Amino acid sequence: MRRSEPQAVLQEQFGSLEQQQHAARFGMWLFLTSEVLLFGALFALYTAYRLEYAEAFRSAARHNAVWLGTANTLVLITSSLFAAWAAHAVKSGRAIMAELCLLGTLALGGLFLFLKLTEYADHFRHGIYPGAYFRSPELGERGAGTFFTLYYFMTGLHGLHVVGGMSALAIMLLQISRGRYGPGRSTAVELSVLYWHLVDVIWIFLWPLFYLLT
Amino acid sequence: MTTSSVQPPSHAANPAIRDYLHEGTSIRSWLLTRDHKRISLMFLVATSLSLLLGGIFALLVRVELLTPERTIMDAVTYNRLFTLHGIVMVFMFMIPAIPTVFGNFLLPIMIGAKDVAFPRLNLASFYVYALGAAITLTAMIAGGADMGWTFYTPYSTTSPSAVAPVGLGVFVLGLSSIMTGLNFIVTTHTLRARNLTWHKLPLFVWSIYATSIIQVLATPVLGMSLLLVAVDHAWGLGIFDPRLGGDPLLFQHLFWFYSHPAVYIMVLPAMAVISEVVCTFAHRAPASYRAIAYSSLGIAFVGFLTWGHHMFVSGMSLLDTGIFGVLSMFVAIFSAIKVVTWVATLRRGSIRLTTPLIYFFAFLFLFVFGGMTGVAVATSSLDLHWHDTYFVVAHFHFIMVGGTLTAYLAALHYWFPKMFGRMYSERWGTVASITVFTGFFFTFMPQFLLGNAGMPRRYYSYPPEYQWLNVLSTAGASVLAAGMLLTVGYLAVALFRGERAGANPWDSRSYEWLTTSPPPQHNFEEQPSMDRGPYDFHLPRLV
Amino acid sequence: MNELLRRLLFLPPQGTSLAREVDYLHYSVVLSTMAGSAVVAATAMWFAVRYRRRSPTTAGESEVAEAAPRLSYGFELAAILGLLALFVGWWVVGFRQFVKLETPPLDALTIQVVAKQWMWTFAYPSGAASNAVLYVPASRAVKLVLTSRDVIHSFYVPAFRIKQDAVPGQSTSIWFEAEQPGTYPVYCAEYCGTDHSTMRAQVVVLPSEDFARRLERLPPLDIPAADGFGSGPLVRSRSDGTSLARLGEGVAARHGCLRCHTLDGTPHVGPTWARLYQSDVALEDGTSVRADESYLTESMMDPRVKVRRGFAAVMPTYQGVLDAAEVGALVELIRSLRDFREAPSTTPLAPAGAPSVIPLPRSPLPQLRSPGDSSP
Repeated sequence: MRRSEPQAVLQEQFGSLEQQQHAARFGMWLFLTSEVLLFGALFALYTAYRLEYAEAFRSAARHNAVWLGTANTLVLITSSLFAAWAAHAVKSGRAIMAELCLLGTLALGGLFLFLKLTEYADHFRHGIYPGAYFRSPELGERGAGTFFTLYYFMTGLHGLHVVGGMSALAIMLLQISRGRYGPGRSTAVELSVLYWHLVDVIWIFLWPLFYLLT
Repeated sequence: MTTSSVQPPSHAANPAIRDYLHEGTSIRSWLLTRDHKRISLMFLVATSLSLLLGGIFALLVRVELLTPERTIMDAVTYNRLFTLHGIVMVFMFMIPAIPTVFGNFLLPIMIGAKDVAFPRLNLASFYVYALGAAITLTAMIAGGADMGWTFYTPYSTTSPSAVAPVGLGVFVLGLSSIMTGLNFIVTTHTLRARNLTWHKLPLFVWSIYATSIIQVLATPVLGMSLLLVAVDHAWGLGIFDPRLGGDPLLFQHLFWFYSHPAVYIMVLPAMAVISEVVCTFAHRAPASYRAIAYSSLGIAFVGFLTWGHHMFVSGMSLLDTGIFGVLSMFVAIFSAIKVVTWVATLRRGSIRLTTPLIYFFAFLFLFVFGGMTGVAVATSSLDLHWHDTYFVVAHFHFIMVGGTLTAYLAALHYWFPKMFGRMYSERWGTVASITVFTGFFFTFMPQFLLGNAGMPRRYYSYPPEYQWLNVLSTAGASVLAAGMLLTVGYLAVALFRGERAGANPWDSRSYEWLTTSPPPQHNFEEQPSMDRGPYDFHLPRLV
Repeated sequence: MNELLRRLLFLPPQGTSLAREVDYLHYSVVLSTMAGSAVVAATAMWFAVRYRRRSPTTAGESEVAEAAPRLSYGFELAAILGLLALFVGWWVVGFRQFVKLETPPLDALTIQVVAKQWMWTFAYPSGAASNAVLYVPASRAVKLVLTSRDVIHSFYVPAFRIKQDAVPGQSTSIWFEAEQPGTYPVYCAEYCGTDHSTMRAQVVVLPSEDFARRLERLPPLDIPAADGFGSGPLVRSRSDGTSLARLGEGVAARHGCLRCHTLDGTPHVGPTWARLYQSDVALEDGTSVRADESYLTESMMDPRVKVRRGFAAVMPTYQGVLDAAEVGALVELIRSLRDFREAPSTTPLAPAGAPSVIPLPRSPLPQLRSPGDSSP
């Protein structure tokens, strides 16, 4: 059992804990908006090139294994469920449950990355490299290279976000196990989970672009 | 008189309260501070150094242009220098300067808060800025980069110079910009004092708020475009390379989607400063508070829809040219609303002519001229002649230097007593402001004519008939530099020898003057209740 | 008046009638800008004197008696609406002029312009070419079709008030009609690297008979020999009586274009080139497009973007395969077939002297990039 209940500390610039939490959440949402626009630039590029190379993009997308993409979607959605559950558990004081859920999230995040890397390796075997190094006998046409350059860039950047989210959740896991977070102090956990949801949502947009729109 | 209004405290009344400058004097107490006022001063030092560097580069460029052929350097060096000048001035001075220095110092005080919402993030923003500046400068000076601050592909991705690290450096500077913007938005929303409704906010806060929105929304797009260029340059990604199926013009679309709003990131804070200066020295409430406040938001919004006017000669379709042209006319209207309101505020005021107000007059002339030439270059048939000539160079320097830099100087003089508790010499201030204006005018007015005559920008050598206008421009630049050095000189003297300033030397009604000069660590000894508006000049001052 | 204002504003001579028209707008815009900023600043300064603070230290209560001083909204609204009307007026006039400046007459003399670091090359319909000097006839509309071999450049003739980017892999165009014989400077306006500022040229406007004579003395366009196919001598040896369109036939044969496209209107794997230029092409997706230079270039670079209805999308890209000058020659060939009439006995096929074995097109895959060199 934890010795003492962790309690949030009021920083001096705030008048109350509610105000402080509100500010933290608001800040996080703004940050997420900023992140969305970061990917927004890439989505805009994707759209522009898809309009230009509609056929090449379709056949290139067919080259991606739908089952892998779909599996990864399921993995991430499940991990998001675990994360949400973890946040709820922290707020209701069930630390062990929160730790287990976070472990589950991390494991699924790891699985996601593993599947992604498997997919990359398979592409490499077929000569599908990004940019100037693209050498694919089956997908010779112009536009396919652009598709895969975007594919590597966007999924790669998303992968970095997955790693970032996992790091944040791992820190939360560690701190919960040390008894630093509990019902009276859960904002950081909530926000990390929120970030994880963003990572999930971005993937949900990447999934159709690279696997389903064939 | 309301009983709840706060009496401005003084040191004499309560000697136990120290001002923020004397709250710990060790190096550590500065470098690890979370006090927004100290972070503001650190930004003041850092951005001033950037301004100095950028200014030196500008002077070198101007000296090279004294003669039509080689004067002091070769073409390769020249191309690197104007790139350095552009990147340092835009990303390291113009964009961050007013928000991080004056926004940081004043925004929390103006809303009656003890600090910004996230003080650690604020400090982190400073170090991220320093890191970004270090990467950028190291790359540009050690490796050299010659793609111009606009990073146009495919030149930028094939240029045999250090494009990738510079792109990375600017990306990091963008992170700092996002951090500061985010912090200000949250602070404005959550930390306003009780009773302080949105319509009682000083106009400075409105403009900084609008700026922050653009920073948070547009900077990621620029960051991503530059990251793509950097990766492309480093590993041949080819996303904008026509040989690999890319479209070089898409980069321009992405770049200007950020960089046109970025112009407003640079100008809105200047308008923020001007609104305060006008009201204080006219001793009068703004002619229309709402017109100034809402037009800031209008600029922030419409600014996102005009980027295409940078690309009229790129082969864009006629339809797009028409649409972007007319939208650009509308964004000018919001600026015009502000200008009319400022001038109307002076009418029937009780005007006291001081250095900040002289800078306001300079700003007014230069900004209106720069703004209307902006409308001129957005007129599509005229742009065919002016695009990428010195006319455009002169136009945006009128906005950036004539607008933002003069407003920065106005801010520096206006809030100098508040920040440092001392007065500067009004006589030297007048001399310097007139010198700066004269120097500026003679630097850039000839450049309009050069552009009319057809001299393209970024030209190392030029036909001899353009020479005398170039010489005039360089002479003007020297006067401008002298005015800036003079300013640094007398402000440095004032820092140590200046007369002590009271809490409210300008007889303003805005909230930052309710506290002592310089303010204590948490801004107010007691939380002020702010029953009055920031421009209630019809009420007697609180003493 | 025109001349006085032009000189006061340092504008170059007006080489075309459109330049004069643009300058009238220029004068009104610049003069209103000067007047606007002067009036605003002067008003503000006059207020500063008129309403200066009388007591030296603080404002007396009486001076600021009015509570919430209001601007007359009517005045402000009128000022703003007037300004908006002025701006929109500029836009209307400017945009109409822009459309004129961007729409060449159909009978314009077409000259292909190829930009590279740091030189301009001009290829005339006759097959002749010149570097850094563009010869044009006076009083005749001239259309320039621009492309670039490396980075973005911009073709700028101050005296004609025109400017157009030359974008690699794309084709853009601009036109002008010079009034008087004379020489006008050309600058590169888009920053393109070390020698950007010396990438200059001249437009030499000649009376039309001199123009024809001058062209005869120019060397033919030097189309670089593609590796291994020895086309260089083929092209160069045919300098007498060779037109750019003939050069284009050589290019078409060499790159295997004629295995799928015909020059005489016969349908084949790909659309025929006869009567293609400036026709409306129905596309697969139901839309249609005018077959101008820009479309023709795009179809060589990105053939599967706008596929003509009824044809399979099988053409590989020629990006990196065709040199910019070769693209120009092909476009000129297709242009020359615009008014092609059936003449069964003289169907032009592969030109005489073309290799008897038409080489296979090289790999459609783009080449690995080598820094500093964009064309193979």
